[in-house]
Amino acid sequence: MEKLKYALFTGCTAKQSTPEQMMSTMAVAKKLNIELVELTEASCCGASHLQDYDDFLSLVLNARNIAYAEKHSLTMVTICNTCQLNTAMTKHRLDNDAELKAKVNEKLGEVGLEYKGTSLVTHFLYAIIDDFGLDKIKEMVVTPLSQFNIAPFYGCHNIRPSELQNESHKTKENPYNPTSLDDLIIACGGKNVDYEEKNKCCGFHVELQAPHTAAHLTGNAIAGAMDDNADWMVTPCPLCHLKLDTQTGHASEAIGREVSLPVLHMQQMLGLALGCSSDELGLNHHLSKVDFV
Amino acid sequence: MSTHTITTQKVNFKVFRFNAEEDYLPYYEDYTMEVTSEEVVLDILNRIKWDYDGSFSYRRSCRHGICGACAIKVNGRATLACKESMTTMIEYFGNELTLEPLDTKRAIKDMIIDKGDFWAKHDAIHPYLISDVDEHPEHEHLVTPEEAEELNEADLCIQCGACHYACPVVELNDDFFGPAAFAKAYRFESDVRDDAHITRLNELHEEKQGLWDCVKCFECAEVCPKEVNPIDKITKLHQMLFKEGVATSNVATRHAVGFKHSIAKHGLLDEGQLVLYSEGPSIVKHIPVAFKMFTKGKIVMPWNMPKSDNLDEIQKLIKSSSTAKF
Repeated sequence: MEKLKYALFTGCTAKQSTPEQMMSTMAVAKKLNIELVELTEASCCGASHLQDYDDFLSLVLNARNIAYAEKHSLTMVTICNTCQLNTAMTKHRLDNDAELKAKVNEKLGEVGLEYKGTSLVTHFLYAIIDDFGLDKIKEMVVTPLSQFNIAPFYGCHNIRPSELQNESHKTKENPYNPTSLDDLIIACGGKNVDYEEKNKCCGFHVELQAPHTAAHLTGNAIAGAMDDNADWMVTPCPLCHLKLDTQTGHASEAIGREVSLPVLHMQQMLGLALGCSSDELGLNHHLSKVDFV
Repeated sequence: MSTHTITTQKVNFKVFRFNAEEDYLPYYEDYTMEVTSEEVVLDILNRIKWDYDGSFSYRRSCRHGICGACAIKVNGRATLACKESMTTMIEYFGNELTLEPLDTKRAIKDMIIDKGDFWAKHDAIHPYLISDVDEHPEHEHLVTPEEAEELNEADLCIQCGACHYACPVVELNDDFFGPAAFAKAYRFESDVRDDAHITRLNELHEEKQGLWDCVKCFECAEVCPKEVNPIDKITKLHQMLFKEGVATSNVATRHAVGFKHSIAKHGLLDEGQLVLYSEGPSIVKHIPVAFKMFTKGKIVMPWNMPKSDNLDEIQKLIKSSSTAKF
């Protein structure tokens, strides 16, 4: 197989509150012999909040990020669901509206850039499944996670709106019964936990504005996984990870019940199965202790 | 010439049953049927009533996706029964399907719920044109195609309630207006003939109703049978608040604007600075968790804040492309 190569859009959390996500992404890429060219010029995607304030500016900034991936002639991979949503949404709108694309390009032209629409934008999870393949992952697993019940937590912005999301990858994901992360768990030798909250919202985006709602949703998600006997949870989204890992105190208070589980990034789970060390995967950066390794 | 083949398959239905006047608790009844690829969910409801139990109750009227009466939940997914094909439901969920009312807590009889909360919120946004119309106008109030386009999607809403009862915030917060009411508010807010524009917008911005409490989960966009895309309308209302100068400084508006400040300074978002900018003095409540995060290497100090390469480009674009002021 030809070596896979992508332009990596890290997003902001990988550089700040989830350093372990950056570490595990690079560790896994190395194991899988995937080359990631980091887009060091990229800006924040606006996280769907800048979009509440200034829609056009958010389009220009996201188009600029994609333009850098286009310069490398590479598919852009994201490692955050919300980056994925906002970048893919920008791409969708510009690719389907010549007038809007021209307006955005008029601005990008001021800094010598152009958005062409030639690069695909996909989440690392789907790049692995679509391009690398789960069968090959299975062959490469050296430490099967066979003793664990693992609860997949998908994160809204990878599965909804499904029409947009399913443009970004070959794996056809059903937003009401997503399977990609379950399939990855199984490929890693683990047992996937089927629970009601796996495709629900973690509340991250209103943590400041509506803390009670946010904490309640986080609590429901962890409680759902616990009630179905999960040993730990796994997510492709660092924002979900922050909620599930660092906000267990508020979550427990909100739902009136102590909830806490180790929560791994999708890359960390894959890394464990591929034989990466816990140091390489940054497992010591979690608040909810990862005590099973 | 291609021929269209009708296929059939066996489906087990678990159906929510409850009569508020007689039953202490709801229960589920099982029905097994051969379902054809031509059928919609409403056909199944009809067959339960006509072939098995005449007392089975559900709302139905137009059967053409216009009246909005027949929305129920199939395996937890809100759906308009007359529009949703059984083939899609089987594709989504397999051959074991659970039929429930939109909100089991609001059940009156079987699939029929008390939709009072939905209508109360719908009414509260004044879902009608408020305009001083001359009783003897000399000509029509002309609306350009571009102006009509602005409200077109939102105008398609049939008040079926699918998005309202799929919204996780509606479930947790009784005061939250919900995606349907907000989308309807946008329909009139974006109507050039409406004179209540700023008054309604001010009301919507009141904290209790929660225009800023949307969790951005996209459940509403996913379930809507008419492609109203309610979350897109909520986003547009947010933008309108800033555009019309109605937005006041609160944690939510500062949170939105804070992204621009941070991107202008670093390219990336400065997480700590955003929380400080949004919360102001209330940031103290975040200190316990922030301290724990610090001990795990999850907080980057301001002097170590990474910056995007070619930051000057980003700053130049922010200057030339900003359309909103606050």
